Amino acid sequence: MSGDVKVDQTLDCKGMSCPLPILKTKKAVEALSKDQVLKVETTDPGSKNDMASWAKRTGNEILKVEEGSGTFTFYIKKTA
Amino acid sequence: MAQKKMTIIASKGSLDMAYPPLILATTAAAMDFDVTIFFTFFGLDIIKKDNADKLKISPIGNPAMPMPVPIPTLIGCLPGMEAMATAMMKSMFKKHGVATIGQLLGLAKESGVKLIACQMTMDVMGVKQEDVIDGVEFGGAAMWLDAAADAQINLFI
Repeated sequence: MSGDVKVDQTLDCKGMSCPLPILKTKKAVEALSKDQVLKVETTDPGSKNDMASWAKRTGNEILKVEEGSGTFTFYIKKTA
Repeated sequence: MAQKKMTIIASKGSLDMAYPPLILATTAAAMDFDVTIFFTFFGLDIIKKDNADKLKISPIGNPAMPMPVPIPTLIGCLPGMEAMATAMMKSMFKKHGVATIGQLLGLAKESGVKLIACQMTMDVMGVKQEDVIDGVEFGGAAMWLDAAADAQINLFI
């Protein structure tokens, strides 16, 4: 459990630059079943907007984004 | 949502200009686009066998090229400067977690990006089909136009 979101799979994209966090997220989400949740951690400041665009385009849902000091944590529900 | 399509013409074979087509193609594929890249002229160098990670960047004629110290254009012509600029850029990419051209090319193939090599360029430059990486199709302007006519995004890089 992570807060109120149940996480099924975790992906570490810390230290990676565009476009790797998106490519790895796509691959990881594809491996999930519908309604499962992927937790992705990044350090790329561009990933915040990129992840939102990716989710919008692929029809997946970002449940929550947490911003730490230089890190971003996304909780993505496979809805597509 | 109907599947979107994108095509890119990759016409440059320098390290810096090989990145944009491959970054956009892999990302578009990850966003469920049907993607085609047409490699023509110097862009063909990107898909020559064992060549993706040997592409170079030239310090000549690029005032934005970052250098440890400012280097006059004339000095950039000296032997070894191109290798130095290339090594420097590669280490900057690596430090910032940027994939190599070879990795991006592999990811593009893996995600179903269609790669087309320009046959005319190959003939002119003496490149044989076996000199090009596997999984590439061969064709010309009509093949790209056919893909581009149905695409929402068409880029010439």
